[in-house]
Order: sequence, then C-alpha cells, then structure tokens
Amino acid sequence: MDDDVLISKSFKLLGSEGRTALIPYVTAGYPNRDATVPLLERLKDVGADIIELGIPFSDPLADGPTIQRSSFTALENGTTVASILADLRTFRDGNDLPIVLFSYLNPILAYGLEAFLSDAVTAGADGILLTDLPTGADPELEAKISESPLALIRLIAPTTPFERVPRVTHGGSGFVYYISRTGVTGARVKLRESLAEELGQIRSVVSLPVAVGFGISTPEQAASVAGVADGVVIGSALIEALDKGGIDGGADFLHSIRIGMDRG
Amino acid sequence: MSTEIPAPMNQFGPYGGRYVPETLIGALDELSSAYDDAASDQSFSSEVDSLLRDFSGRPTALYHAERLGEAAGHPSVYLKREDLNHTGAHKINNTIGQALLAIRMGKRRIIAETGAGQHGVATATACALFDLECIVYMGEEDVERQALNVYRMKLLGAEVRAVGSGTRTLKDATNEAIRDWVTSVETTHYIIGSVVGPDPFPRMVRDFQAVIGRETREQILKITGRLPSAVFACVGGGSNAIGIFDSFLSDKEVRLIGVEAAGTGIETGQHAASLAVGKPGVLHGSFSYLLQDEDGQVSPAHSVSAGLDYPGVGPQHSYLKDIGRAEYTAVTDQDALDAFHRLAELEGIIPALESAHAIAYVLKVAAKYRNDGPVVVCLSGRGDKDVSHVAQIEGNEPLV
Repeated sequence: MDDDVLISKSFKLLGSEGRTALIPYVTAGYPNRDATVPLLERLKDVGADIIELGIPFSDPLADGPTIQRSSFTALENGTTVASILADLRTFRDGNDLPIVLFSYLNPILAYGLEAFLSDAVTAGADGILLTDLPTGADPELEAKISESPLALIRLIAPTTPFERVPRVTHGGSGFVYYISRTGVTGARVKLRESLAEELGQIRSVVSLPVAVGFGISTPEQAASVAGVADGVVIGSALIEALDKGGIDGGADFLHSIRIGMDRG
Repeated sequence: MSTEIPAPMNQFGPYGGRYVPETLIGALDELSSAYDDAASDQSFSSEVDSLLRDFSGRPTALYHAERLGEAAGHPSVYLKREDLNHTGAHKINNTIGQALLAIRMGKRRIIAETGAGQHGVATATACALFDLECIVYMGEEDVERQALNVYRMKLLGAEVRAVGSGTRTLKDATNEAIRDWVTSVETTHYIIGSVVGPDPFPRMVRDFQAVIGRETREQILKITGRLPSAVFACVGGGSNAIGIFDSFLSDKEVRLIGVEAAGTGIETGQHAASLAVGKPGVLHGSFSYLLQDEDGQVSPAHSVSAGLDYPGVGPQHSYLKDIGRAEYTAVTDQDALDAFHRLAELEGIIPALESAHAIAYVLKVAAKYRNDGPVVVCLSGRGDKDVSHVAQIEGNEPLV
C-alpha cells in the first residue's frame, strides 16, 4: 500500500522545486522488441519523471489511431506481458525512475491477477493504470490491486459527475490521471479552455497529485498544462515522433516538451 | 472524503459488468436511470407496442413448417417468423425501443455498429422514423459481403462508416462505435445491436427482444395446447436467442438450445464459437466468454455469416451455460449453407445465414425430440441480404 513510494517521492521533490512531472507514455515492444529498454533509458535522460509503459491489447477501444497502430505492431512483434516484465526488470537494474504499467484488463486477467501483481512488483513496477476498470466496476479485483504494493492510478474524465469525483479515487494512490477531454487518446490542436477551472474543482475534493493527459502534443500546450497540473502525460505525440525519428527522434521531442514545461 | 464503493454492476452471476473507460460512466448511469424510468412508465411501453404492431407488423407468425419437419424427422417443427418484421429481422424490436429512449434523454445523434447490416438497417429505419441523425460503423469486410444492406442504410439517410482496423468485421466496428461514443457521449446515444456491452445494455436489449418469447409462448400454447420440448436459436451476440429464451427460463422442461457458428470447423480455429471453446474475459465492456489466446489477446472470429462473426457473446448466455439452463452447440459454414438451400426449397422461405445455423441444427437433431412435443426455431431474419454472397461462394458472378 505504501510502496507507491517512488511515485509520491517524485511528486514531492518536483513540488518542492516548483516543477511539474513529465510523464511520457510508450507502448512496450514498439517500434520493435529490442527498443523498449533503450527507449526507457533515453526518456529518463531527457527529463521524464515517471514513465507509463503500455501493455498492448488487440482491442484498444480507449485509444486513437496512433496508439492503436503501435499496439498492433507491438503484438505482431510478439510482445507479451511476460516479455514486458522482463524488459522492465532489465531497465530497473540501476534505474529508480517510477514506472506505471498502462493496460486494458484482459491481458492481466489472462496472465492471472495475483501472479501479475506479484511478478510486476518483482520486476520493479510502481503503479498500474487500467483504462477499462473504472472505480466500482469490480470492487473485489480493485481491492486486490489496492492491497498490492502497486499504486492503483485512478482516472477522472470531464464527464465524471462531480459527486462521483471523490469516490473515483477510492483505493487509488500515487496520482490521479485527469483525461483532459472526452474522446480517445491522440494529439489535438486545441485543449479545453476550462482546464484550470476543472482542475480546481477536482483539487477541492482530491488530495492526490493530478496529472493531465489526452491530446497534449506541443511544448506550448505542455507548458500551459504544466501551469495548472501536477503532471503532464504525453502519449500519441511521442509515438508519432518515434515513427518519424526513431528513439533519437522520440527523445528529442520529449526533451523539447521538458524545456517548454520548465520555461513555463 | 467518501470511501464508499458503489455496488458491482454484474448482473448475471460473475458475468456482465461495466468494464469501460471512466468517460462513459456518467452516460451509463444516465441511461440506466432513463431506462428504469421508461420501463415503469405505461405510456412508454404502449408507444413501443403500438409501433411494433403498426410499423413493424407484430405479432409475427408462429408457423408450422411441415415439410421442414418431415425432412428433420419431427412432425411438429414451428418457426417463429421474425423474418417477417419490417426490415426483415428481429433487430427492429430493439432499435425502436432504444430510439424512443434516446429521444426521452434528449439525444438526437445515434450511432450503431453492425455486422450483417441488419442492425444497421433497423437503426437507420428507426432514425428515419424519428428524424434522428444516424451513423453506422461497419467493418470493411462486411461492407463488401453485405453490399445490399449498406445501400439500404444510405437510402434511409444514415451515414455508413467503413472500419478498416483490426479484423475489419463486427468486433472492430464495435470498437470504433465505442470510440465515437467516448468522444460524443454528451450528445449521442449508442444503440448497441445485441445483448452485449456494459450494463445496462445486455438487460435492456433483452427486455426489448423479450417480445419474441412472449408471443411464442402464447402462440404455441394456443396452437398445440402445450409448451415446446425445445427452443432453438442462433447465437452471435445472442439477442434473438435471449429474446425467445426469456419467456421459457422458468419452464424447466423446455430445453433452450443456442447454436453458434463453427465456421470451417472448431478444430480449424476458424469459427465464432465463444461459448463452446472460449474462456471468460473482458471485451466491449462486459465479462463473458470470449475467443482469446493465452496472452488475453482477442482472437479473430470467423463465420460465413457476418452477424455471427463475433468473438464475444452476451453475458447472460455465459451465465445460462454455466448454470446449465441453456445448452450451446455449433454448426459449420457448410451446414448453414446447406440449410439455407433446404429451407428455401422445402418451405419457400429464404433464411438469413445467421438463422440458417439454427435450422441446420434442427435438421440434425429434431428427430430425437419427435415423441416429446413441438419444437420451435427462431427464424431471426430473412436471407435476401445473403443471396448475392451465397451465389458468389457457390462460384457464380456477383449479383450486385
């Protein structure tokens, strides 16, 4: 329960420095199986504070075209939960950057929930975010995750009724992920103008740090979100940068986001 | 801060639930409460009933198929003629109900997924009737094999969006419809076409389809003076099957038999028999039997019939299987194609390829029931949509 210690420490340290957490998302096994460990290392080097490592799923219904494509490619590459945990173990050797596994429920159920929780902890994961397990959907399963050393990262959407917001974080720890707009993942030209106000409302009832994701794709957007949130999640835009420029291109892009955020 | 955990939404033993992105939870709560409110409102059910009567032509006949029975070795085989509904299948029972519900919720944009195109046509029809905007997601492969229904939807004013991702069939059309809904949920109602998806869809679609079983029960008692010994229906997602099973669930002496698609044979791996060989898992918002590999990735389904070509199944079927109240079996593409011809030649009725699976199984096993009383088969749809596709499979030039 208290082993989301790396995540909390990361937010505390950043908070004391007046900085915002940069949280990149990458699909494990993309663009190829050998890329994951070096990619994680490069993302750390250019200023990632926490990394979301995506477990690919055949039916990613919360994801837009970019992450769908990366998921299908990763699966074709033979990526499995076991291969991802092996990569994570390799990365962990000498790195203490917090890693949150990002997944749909079914690959975890197929692996076996208890075995997964235990193996993920052993491999060095710090948290788990499940896109299709909203709070209250399966209390027994949620309790097992909450009781494990992994932080259960909860999500809040703009459509979450306000009275539900305090309940959504039940059993959650580490941070809360605020989906900055309705829709699937993917780079957007414009973000919601009401973001600051929405975050204010969430903070009035939620004590965990709040990271914002969905649609953030430029240093300017990241800087503006960083002004109001505790963390900025970058997913699809990073995958697109990887497509264009490989690991170097991805790292350069994330670095530009880091600079944008720190400049404010 | 409240630490209260809301009650689980599982409706059918361990099956069902609401395994969806957080974005949809508000809309599902709204839908549940609008549906519960409508279900207890006399004026809502009378509006549904009168449209089903005057617009769709209900009640549909229960027809004594004597020549089919003779071929199957059973003197009293009855067909529940859902193919006689307006638009040619049972799907309209559900779309009229859900479209009225959407209007009640003030949502005038409708989305739907479709496999064979029957649900898409039924949704487009209801939207034309009530002047609602209609967008139908359909896999590219299905757009090709169900060209007639694509054109029908367009004639009815719907926009058909071909889905090219994944397996390019019903599963991916459903993914895309859910992605649309996650984006547009504040203005849009998603009319799911089967007893699948997150709560409240499986129970709501069942309730709208239960008219099939209510009529069947009354008709068979009136015609034969007794309950059937067995009721047969094809199962993809399973809405016509749940619809006809529902009124017989507490009549333990009535065997309920669902027929899945065995494709080119269960042993080939090219099939859609989720209940026969799948394992429980989560797809499209509910926990149910699912075709999946050992890593929990969803396996592509296969069936000659686009409407059965789906790797999941409604959660209530999973429950009925586990408790032993319903039995599930599967027949191959070839058996279904043979039954398609047999019913046309024996009875002058061209069945949908989906329904032909149920007919095929009855032809195989009806003789075993010959001394036990009448049997009923749900003829869920008519086969006009499949004529060109079947002609092509059999080596003819495409007709359209």
